[in-house]
Amino acid sequence: MSAQFTIPKFKLPGFIASIGQKLPQWPHALALVAGLNAALKMKLLPESELDALADKLFRVRILDTGGEATYTYRNGLFRPVFRPEREPDLAFAANLSAYLQMLARQEDPDTLFFNRELEITGDTELGLIVKNMLDAIEWPQLSAKLPLLRH
Amino acid sequence: MSPLPDLVCPAGSLPALKAAVDNGADAVYLGYKNDTNARNFAGLNFDAKAMAEGIRYAQAKGREVLMAINTFPQAGRSADWHKAVDGAVDQGVDAIILADIGLLDYARNKHPQQRLHLSVQGSATSYEAINFCQREFGVHRAVLPRVLTLAQVEHVIKNTTVEIEVFGFGSLCVMNEGRCWLSSYACGESPNTVGACSPAKYVKWDKKPGTMETRLNGILIDRFGDDEPAGYPTLCKGRFEVQGETYYALEEPTSLNVLELLPEIIKIGVKAIKVEGRQRSPTYVAQVTRTLRAALDSLRNGSERFHVKPAWQAELAKVSEGSQATLGAYNRPWR
Repeated sequence: MSAQFTIPKFKLPGFIASIGQKLPQWPHALALVAGLNAALKMKLLPESELDALADKLFRVRILDTGGEATYTYRNGLFRPVFRPEREPDLAFAANLSAYLQMLARQEDPDTLFFNRELEITGDTELGLIVKNMLDAIEWPQLSAKLPLLRH
Repeated sequence: MSPLPDLVCPAGSLPALKAAVDNGADAVYLGYKNDTNARNFAGLNFDAKAMAEGIRYAQAKGREVLMAINTFPQAGRSADWHKAVDGAVDQGVDAIILADIGLLDYARNKHPQQRLHLSVQGSATSYEAINFCQREFGVHRAVLPRVLTLAQVEHVIKNTTVEIEVFGFGSLCVMNEGRCWLSSYACGESPNTVGACSPAKYVKWDKKPGTMETRLNGILIDRFGDDEPAGYPTLCKGRFEVQGETYYALEEPTSLNVLELLPEIIKIGVKAIKVEGRQRSPTYVAQVTRTLRAALDSLRNGSERFHVKPAWQAELAKVSEGSQATLGAYNRPWR
């Protein structure tokens, strides 16, 4: 992510969430799972920690779009779960801007948590593993390997 | 004007290490993925391969790598800590940060050429204790616990030839470093035994309408309203009912921030300023390193015109635990 470009803190208007909740949720789950599996394929995620994710149910909820995605990790792949039959083992909830700021390494998850912009519920240790796993990814390497960004 | 102190920054991962180096740290400190260091958190820290890459990256740019082996060897498992010391020496770190006297003795005898630092967990608050570690183990630098006033830090510096490192920024704990067992009281595990305070597996964040409850091994630590900043889930930062009043009975969730004391810290001859936070992300490391680097660099030509820029304070306040900062013990009038 370019140093000049910063993602502001924003919150989408309330009506978007009310529309978003009525839309099908599967596109979010598919997009997220595709991204995670791409990272897996590039061996960016450490195998020792991946074992800890096996068969766990994760939910990522975007508060101001009303979108959410539930997924699991089984037999070496992330898989969407469209109709979860139980509460997730780990759940994240935040506005879209907080997720974008985290992904762009513009804000620290602990900072967002302290400021109550990121909610983590469920298995806290699992949350820490996921957080530290994402922190340990070397993004410059990732962008070098993505064909679109190579040019 | 005394020379600028080294800026020593935390690295819990390779990207964090690179962020520290790229943003102006003079040294980074890190640990192995096990209980030989006091940030033994799930998914954090370095295996031998990442460590080698980190050391190469930092040293190629003329920065130092300090390895924290700052927990206390557990009964029957001394070999694990010895192995960590041997590994650090083999990998070519610039210094090893140790807390345990037995381990200092081991390192001194087995690797007499290796530079050793006394960890904050070693709890040496007097020059007598520090000089003892110099005489017996050849300790080169001591990290002072965050309990001393600036005048006391100066007194220590005047009476020792050991380099003195102090904390400059980061989450504060109850400042009983190396001797705190509060976490064990709640969950049977603490930094000195397993390398982690309030390990995550005992922590539960319970979201209810309008509030969030924090529990450590079932013990209610705190209850936050939706608009209240949160802190780490440790006993020392909980709100408890004492004689009918509920408040932060031990310590408020807050971060130490010495920006405005920098000229005095330099004047009294502090050799290095340490940033807390190996558990934080590369983003935090970059933000804090960049800010302290700018502040220190502005003092390169003397402190007469030094003023703390609002942008520095804003950046550090943002990443602070509980979103507030303190000068800690440094400017306390009482002892």
